[in-house]
Amino acid sequence: MGEAIVVTSGKGGVGKTTTSANIGTVLALQGKKVCLVDTDIGLRNLDVVMGLENRIIYDLVDVANGRCKLSQALVKDKRFDSLSMLPAAQTTDKLAVKPEEMKKMVDELKADFDYVIIDCPAGIERGFRNAVAGADHAIVVTTPEISSVRDADRIIGLLEQEKQITPPRLIINRIRQHMMKSGGMLEIDEIMNILAIDLLGIVLDDDVVIASSNKGEPVALNPNSKASQAYRNIGRRILGETVPLMTIEEKGGFLQKFRSLLGMR
Amino acid sequence: MSASQPLVTMKGRKDGLVLVMDEMCAYDALIDELKEKLSVNRHFYKEGPMISVKVQTGNRYISESQRSELVAVIRSYDHLQVESIESNVMTSEEFENKRIRERLTPITRIVRSGQVLSVEGNLLLIGDVNPGGTVSATGNVYILGALRGIACAGSSENESRSVIVASIMKPTQLRIGGRISRTEEEPMDELKNDHILECAYADPSLDKIVIDRLQTVLKRIDLPVLFAQP
Repeated sequence: MGEAIVVTSGKGGVGKTTTSANIGTVLALQGKKVCLVDTDIGLRNLDVVMGLENRIIYDLVDVANGRCKLSQALVKDKRFDSLSMLPAAQTTDKLAVKPEEMKKMVDELKADFDYVIIDCPAGIERGFRNAVAGADHAIVVTTPEISSVRDADRIIGLLEQEKQITPPRLIINRIRQHMMKSGGMLEIDEIMNILAIDLLGIVLDDDVVIASSNKGEPVALNPNSKASQAYRNIGRRILGETVPLMTIEEKGGFLQKFRSLLGMR
Repeated sequence: MSASQPLVTMKGRKDGLVLVMDEMCAYDALIDELKEKLSVNRHFYKEGPMISVKVQTGNRYISESQRSELVAVIRSYDHLQVESIESNVMTSEEFENKRIRERLTPITRIVRSGQVLSVEGNLLLIGDVNPGGTVSATGNVYILGALRGIACAGSSENESRSVIVASIMKPTQLRIGGRISRTEEEPMDELKNDHILECAYADPSLDKIVIDRLQTVLKRIDLPVLFAQP
């Protein structure tokens, strides 16, 4: 029985789809059987980022409506045998699927895969509820901007009400070193202060990420990029390894999780 | 009406007059005797400064209308004014209201964007109120943590004497009674602070006392610390 992880953010455009694609890729690189699920019905992108758009025959809505079997809708990745994708429908909208139907599909996938990575649409409405319905864990993606952190906070609040989901973990995406230094961007400490959840990883802003997405090739496959290294670290943390955070600059002690008073009982 | 057992006993004190009322007799008899006693002794307070009167009704329950009647009777003498009417008795409804008004509700959590936490009485929040979050109490609001969202005190009764206390006061808006005040700070400034709240607890797995950030401790549900969630 595998685990289902939903990747969500509240706000659009912070990198949910890119994060999902790369987490799926690094877990597959580590030899895990992974299924990516795109729940952004009507605005699907995951297939494009993965370069699999032309292989789609059936989609998630077809499965929900019984037009095909789940296994028929799965698209195999062209690079890894262990990586598959369940695409969203493009011709209808979020209301085409109910949360219960979504949960049933994810449960079915969990039987066959080690990890089911669910790419959540922006917003807090039906699409969000569909995406979290079958999830066991959650990853919240944010960028070092006020609006994105606000929305992440809202989403964390909603995720905390989903009793079946373990406490969400955070990825801070698109970090620009020079802007953090000049005070134009929120610092990691400030974000952690507000959101107060565990940090799963930080990803530096890198032109290569956009270039790879446009080529339909997740950046995690390119070992020379800093973003790729970050995603690999995130993958290893998901698998339970302890990997230190990448150094971006000198950091004040948020890694220093606690101080113990020696000798006191 | 026996003379040896007066229904109304008048006592003169330095700071005014105390009227001790019999608690067993009929209420009407009490009013009659009060009127009588006050008019018999009216020469004592015919002139001079105002005399304040305390009424003690003992174990008799005095309703709102009876309360106003007592006040009216006493006020009809020019130099008397009612300071208080004390009774040992209140209805269970009055008691319940008073209990709710005065109680302190401790809650341990983070109030995140879009969430509203409201209590009757006074609120003790152990944790932060994030931007976009709201806490409100009919009485006072005490926050052991950072207030970055909205806090309302004295919310339902328009009680303008309520207070809002926060370890880190960076609110978007404060509301006390009917008044509203807002911050002039930029959104990013309210996130900046070096103030960290810490919590000490005895960690059974390490067998020693540990000091950790409050936010981290809040996540450790396995620890036998903090307050039960209501």
